[in-house]
Amino acid sequence: MKVQRWTRTSKLFMGGAGALAILLASVPLVFDPDLVQKLTTLLILVLLAAMWNALAGYGGLVSVGQQAFIGIGAYGTVFFAGQGVSPYVAMVLATLVAGVVSVPISLFALRLRAAQFAIGMWVIAEVISIIVRLDQNLGAGTGISLIQLNQYAPNFRQAYTFWLALAFTVIFLAALYFLLRSPLGTSLQAIRDDEDAARSLGVRVAARKRLLFVLAGFGCGAAGVLVVANTLFIEPGSVFSVQWSAYMIFMVLVGGLGTFEGPILGAILLFAIQTTFTQGGPWYLVGLGATAALFALVLPRGLWGTVEERLGLRLMPVGYRVVEAKRDDRAA
Amino acid sequence: MTLINAILQGIFLGAFYAVLACGLSIMFGVMRIINLAHGDLAVLGAYITFVIVDHTGVSAFIAFLVALPVMIVLGYVLQLTVLERSLKAGILTPLLATFGLSIVIQNLLQLTFSPDVRSLGGSAGAITTSSWLVTNGLSVSALGLVMLVVALIVFGSLQLFLSRTRAGWVMRATAEDPDAAELVGIDSRSVYARATAIAVAIAALGGLFLGIRSVFDPQSGPTQLIFAFEAVVIGGMGSLWGTLLGGIALGVAQTLGAQVHPQFAVMAGHLLFLTVLIVRFGGGRVVLRTAR
Repeated sequence: MKVQRWTRTSKLFMGGAGALAILLASVPLVFDPDLVQKLTTLLILVLLAAMWNALAGYGGLVSVGQQAFIGIGAYGTVFFAGQGVSPYVAMVLATLVAGVVSVPISLFALRLRAAQFAIGMWVIAEVISIIVRLDQNLGAGTGISLIQLNQYAPNFRQAYTFWLALAFTVIFLAALYFLLRSPLGTSLQAIRDDEDAARSLGVRVAARKRLLFVLAGFGCGAAGVLVVANTLFIEPGSVFSVQWSAYMIFMVLVGGLGTFEGPILGAILLFAIQTTFTQGGPWYLVGLGATAALFALVLPRGLWGTVEERLGLRLMPVGYRVVEAKRDDRAA
Repeated sequence: MTLINAILQGIFLGAFYAVLACGLSIMFGVMRIINLAHGDLAVLGAYITFVIVDHTGVSAFIAFLVALPVMIVLGYVLQLTVLERSLKAGILTPLLATFGLSIVIQNLLQLTFSPDVRSLGGSAGAITTSSWLVTNGLSVSALGLVMLVVALIVFGSLQLFLSRTRAGWVMRATAEDPDAAELVGIDSRSVYARATAIAVAIAALGGLFLGIRSVFDPQSGPTQLIFAFEAVVIGGMGSLWGTLLGGIALGVAQTLGAQVHPQFAVMAGHLLFLTVLIVRFGGGRVVLRTAR
């Protein structure tokens, strides 16, 4: 017997993922800005899904208030850009602010469990939204444009934003991936499987959860930054909307809660649905809500989790697998 | 005097929040789950009442009595289809499933009734407009008084139900320990279904008051859920009379906040809620304590 982390499939897949990232980076050079904008939206969804999954899938924390960080990222960008900071620097600063703000929030929020945490986070998002609405300099309730981005020609602007989105997505997915593969990750997966058992074995549950919470704060802040960079206009009603949580829950539940690949699959599915039903509308949301509820009840491991279970397929392995050793391995 | 008046209006407003929160409190007390679609069920109740008023021209209160059986049946169905399954699957599944349900209800309402705002105020009679001026600057509105009396009746009858009737004992026993209750022959499924039916019916009553005292639209549910949950937490999760007091505390906080700045009303309620959460460390007992 021996313990293995990679399989041939997963090595091939990881190589493929790396190649895909490089390929994606060249998209703005070849394709038209419309497609680039759409792909930016897809990357935002991937980022959001991965972050929500980090919280719920590994920390057991169902948040209905991650839009708080999306809003901080978006409004932070507008704020810093308004102070005369170059817009793309403002975006990085705003991401950092969202991450830093998540630390004091975590001190309070992580003491709550289940529904208290879910709605507690929601109320925190509402409070931040009210504060923004009270600030005339941030456009109050009517919204504000990121006019500073107009100094770039539309093609360049779209390309820069896309590259930023790609960079953020790669950085945060890689951070989560290596976190999960590290010794820390083993304890995170233990918490996912059984929090009380993990605690009794000496896992510092609270500290691990804080790590995930702050990572998700940074990641959702980055997503908010990308939202304002991609749409150029934000208003508190939409950027702090609980609809973001609905999207995140849909992507993660359909893709596969507590799996690394699942949320990415979920994001691609949501993106495909959004581009098919371009007019959006209530029916589309009825479908999203019903599908999410159905998956929670009937297929709690989501599409990817089920595939993984049935086929033993691992594309981006974060765990260990025990395999029968080959004869020459044993000799060596 | 404006301060005393603000507190008085806050108590009336709080009675409304308490009614809204009552069902949430019952479901948490009995099944230990929070139904994230609770606010949307209240709004659904308001819409059903609205449809009956619209077609028959009867008073909103009569229409509500007709809507009530529909909501009770809906509560049963909700329990047997969605909640029953989610209860078995751990503590996160009920949250996820009811959040999905909440989105479904909101958007089905939007498809059926358009996003326009509606009100039941016009069909509730003189109650919405009449008020008495006690002294200068201190007024008691008829609606406020009705809401307070109804809230007391609702919580009082629940207390009587839980402490004096056989069905109430069964419900408390199941809340305390469902497995032990099963051992002595209690069917926890039917107890849960009954609790959900009661909760949804009272949510509809909250929806009726929402429609009479102001306006509602298909997206009003989440705000009502937040207020209801705040009332439950402020009063202490699992405590029935605590929910009444929590609702009133929330109402008073909001009206006092409005004295500082009109936009500060909702904020003051949120801050009270967050303060209570911080002080309590997120603990909280999970049995119907006061019913004993």
